Amino acid sequence: MHGLRTDTKVESGQNARSLVIRHLDKEYVRGVPVLRDINLEIAGQGMTAIIGPSGTGKSTLIRCINRLVEPTRGEILLDGQDLVKLHGKALREARRRVGMVFQEFNLVERLTVIENLLCGRLGYVHPFPAWLRRFPEQDVARAFELLEVVGLKEFAIQRADALSGGQRQRVGIARAVMQEPRILLADEPTSSLDPKTSVEIMELMTQLAGERGIPVVVNIHDVHLGRRFAQRIIGMSGGGIVFDGPPDELRDEHLKLIYGGENWLQ
Amino acid sequence: MSEARSGRMVALGRPNWLVRAGWVALGVYVVYAGSLLNVTWDRFVIGLAHGAEFIGRMFPPNVSRLELLFSDMTESLEIAIIATFFGVILSLPVGLLAARNLMPVWVTWPARLFIAVCRSFHPVIVAILFVKAVGFGALAGILALIVASIGFIGKLFAEAIEEISLKQVEAVRASGAPFMNVITFGVLPQVLARFIGFCTYQLDSNLRNSTMVGIVGAGGIGGTLFAAFQRFDYDFVCTILIAIIAVIMVAEVGTQRLRQVFQ
Repeated sequence: MHGLRTDTKVESGQNARSLVIRHLDKEYVRGVPVLRDINLEIAGQGMTAIIGPSGTGKSTLIRCINRLVEPTRGEILLDGQDLVKLHGKALREARRRVGMVFQEFNLVERLTVIENLLCGRLGYVHPFPAWLRRFPEQDVARAFELLEVVGLKEFAIQRADALSGGQRQRVGIARAVMQEPRILLADEPTSSLDPKTSVEIMELMTQLAGERGIPVVVNIHDVHLGRRFAQRIIGMSGGGIVFDGPPDELRDEHLKLIYGGENWLQ
Repeated sequence: MSEARSGRMVALGRPNWLVRAGWVALGVYVVYAGSLLNVTWDRFVIGLAHGAEFIGRMFPPNVSRLELLFSDMTESLEIAIIATFFGVILSLPVGLLAARNLMPVWVTWPARLFIAVCRSFHPVIVAILFVKAVGFGALAGILALIVASIGFIGKLFAEAIEEISLKQVEAVRASGAPFMNVITFGVLPQVLARFIGFCTYQLDSNLRNSTMVGIVGAGGIGGTLFAAFQRFDYDFVCTILIAIIAVIMVAEVGTQRLRQVFQ
């Protein structure tokens, strides 16, 4: 299965802002592995796209990184710290450094757009001031700046459920960037969007993360979109990595291996 | 088409004899239980005549004791509002603890038991208990209605939380927010409008019940109403009933407005 895996030239885990995954396994049901022995190093910047058929564990892999899903075995090192071993407060503090963009945006519908952006700072604000909607001045200023960057300034005090899909995902990205994360995870960020909006969303993510030097790991089922924006493609099949390399090395035989069959390629 | 329309009637599926037997058994039991309780047509007809006489004696309403009516009514309103206020404050944490999608079993189980106990007795029965415990007066009524409010709002609030979208909660959790921030930003915005709705219903219900707890000595207009009944002052009873209806109707309009504001 690992025959086509190509070696990647990534510096080792000492690099700040890098993510190292070692021997990661995940079984939702005992004895039925969804992820088997995942080994990955994500460099300090650029976009890495994970492609693969539905149900092959892409989403599980992404969610293991910020522990929305509990890994069964293995290590996930962010800035040299093993996230798998963390609990309680330490885990929450680690999550602050990992931004996440969701397939269905996952905005809090009944909060305003600006409140949704400030949700990205909730890991830093104590409950009582948060309850009173009191945030540090620089956070609020940055939220308004970011909102202008993503082109939604005039929507600041509208409720999130008044926005269209593309606008919601812009808010979702801005919320993740508000965290000032060391790494940005995106779980199928464009699957709920039309093709044109999908490209705009990928461009926005590339731009915001690029300017800030945040590496991006994105699950994406659209191979063309992945090729266009990522500097590195990871192909997954059957819970393991079967391709790892730059987009121009991804050939039809790799796609056959990843997705199975070949009729769909014609 | 026309052939089908002119054809015989056909049953859909076979008759369920067990269900039919059940209906017959229910009918037989109602007649039997009625005979046990001496429910007869004669008594009903005689009762109607008594009722007509009673209503006749209620008019015209007696307006000579408006001061007493006013002070008792004010007490009832105070009981209802104070009880709703504290009931709402206490039902928030109780409902939250009882939500099975946010809390572990060892927390929800006692919380749900507590809610069930609060709901198991009618407020008047709880009021009797509190009259024995803290003595006659408005305090007993307030405490009884607080218990009723916790039971009602707590249960509905917990159910509302169990129906929220966990995706929104997940996103707040993913930002590293502590639990209380997840509640205030991920959970409460999703249930606030419904919570306000429950609170206004409870205010409504507490207003009604605050006119009742007085019957067992727990303060408010109910005591005066009961006394008027026993002294056969039916014209004053009529005045009190009209006053209660007026208060409930005003409250109905007020709570309706309140709900619209929070939609």
